[in-house]
Amino acid sequence: MKPCHNCAEVPSVIELTQIENGEVTKVPLCAKCAAEKGIQTVAAHTDTPLGSLIAALGGENLVSPGLVVDSEQACPSCGATLEDFRQAGRLGCEFCYTEFAEPLRELLRRLHGSTTHCGKIGSGTVGPVQPPAEAAQLLRDRLRRAIAAEQFELAAELRDRLKGPG
Amino acid sequence: MIDLNLIPDGGVGWLDASGPASGMVLSTRIRLARNLAGRAFAGRLAPALREQVVEQVLAAAAPTAHLGQAVTLRVDQLEPIDRRLLMERHLISRELANLEPGIREARPRALLLQNNAAVMVNEEDHLRLQVLVSGVNFGPAWRLIDAVDTELGQRLAFAFHPEFGYLTSCPTNVGTGLRASVLIHLPGLVLTKEINKTLHGLTKVGLTYRGLYGEGSEVVGNFFQLSNQTTLGKSEPELLDHLGRIVQHVMSVEEQARQVLLRDAPAILEDKCWRAFGILRYARSLSFEETMNLLSGVRLGASLGLIPNVGFYALNKLLVFTQPAHLSALAGGDQDDEQLAVRRADLVRRTLEDEVRRSR
Repeated sequence: MKPCHNCAEVPSVIELTQIENGEVTKVPLCAKCAAEKGIQTVAAHTDTPLGSLIAALGGENLVSPGLVVDSEQACPSCGATLEDFRQAGRLGCEFCYTEFAEPLRELLRRLHGSTTHCGKIGSGTVGPVQPPAEAAQLLRDRLRRAIAAEQFELAAELRDRLKGPG
Repeated sequence: MIDLNLIPDGGVGWLDASGPASGMVLSTRIRLARNLAGRAFAGRLAPALREQVVEQVLAAAAPTAHLGQAVTLRVDQLEPIDRRLLMERHLISRELANLEPGIREARPRALLLQNNAAVMVNEEDHLRLQVLVSGVNFGPAWRLIDAVDTELGQRLAFAFHPEFGYLTSCPTNVGTGLRASVLIHLPGLVLTKEINKTLHGLTKVGLTYRGLYGEGSEVVGNFFQLSNQTTLGKSEPELLDHLGRIVQHVMSVEEQARQVLLRDAPAILEDKCWRAFGILRYARSLSFEETMNLLSGVRLGASLGLIPNVGFYALNKLLVFTQPAHLSALAGGDQDDEQLAVRRADLVRRTLEDEVRRSR
């Protein structure tokens, strides 16, 4: 692949075709530069059935503006990242649903038209139980960062998760 | 090779054509996806932990009414031909069978089977409960799988989220974890070229369609698998009611298409059905695809009363038993394509002869 025409630092992932005064030019761009120009590059994430949908949720940042989610951020319980999910279309464990709740809500809305379970609640069901001890430290670190970044909603959720159920 | 005689009715009771509208709808299937709380999903589990999941599920199933007498098959310890046999019987999914060439697959996984209820362990999710019944029959299928789920849920803690419901490895299954489908025969819509319009319409109302073996499989013999697309935001009865109503609609447009064919081209239709019957009755070598297509013609003829002496049970059995692993098992070992074609024609011929003799 040719290097990106804009930054020349990384290989391009897309070729932008421009027509100016009847003249066609092709400009190779990397994903970042393409995004800056408002072009979505979905090719990298469309190899799974869910891929195109996941990709359509917005490149590097899966969530609505205002809340920043790092796609390399790992689930404290199983270590899976959002990037793993994008590649495989599968989550790693039940805690991924709480860890990545915000981007997942958007995905679920698109997939199912809803985010809320209205069906059976069996007697044996439990919510995600308290995460393993080694994960608690990670949660505390994230809580500190969330407070520092004034992400109070996220901070409240992290605090609740540290407390565990009940 | 496994002895499927160990399984009461060979796990294919759903073939017996006893259910409502079973001439057109071969079977109704409902499955529920469940995962054990406190464990990573199966795809991220080390073999030793997957083994623990199998043991945990077997222990929980043992005292239950619906699975206490279940036949248990360790799918990871079966030969490829046996795994294919179970897949051809619709008892395990492609994923659990894992027949991709070159992959030596030893990840612990299992199938529990009792009457119409089954549990696949360590497929994409820790548990895939499934119920398969004859004809279009959502009510009994739901009551059975609900009971199996309740019994297991009393003994196993399932991963559950107050907002998202039952948590699954893939978010397409989250919430109820319920996927219901019917295997429906739609030759009328194919012949009148209305099928694409009908299938496109399904996708507009939250349903999807697949081939004979579910996700990723091809449509053969005019059999389509129609199922719900969404699993979250509606209750199980709502999802089933919606699918049931759409299936009834598809059945009625299929019936209309058949009546149009009977009215506008009776001779061509009759010729097509009897020609299919004639080839199946006398051919000495048949490929699987040809067999499926011809069986579709005979099934259509039988449904319309044009071919009076062939029962749906026999036709259903041929759909399953003419597949490669079944023919190989019957022959006692692996067969090449040419041998399979000869054995297939032989089985079809004998089956149809029996049907004709019985009806005399």
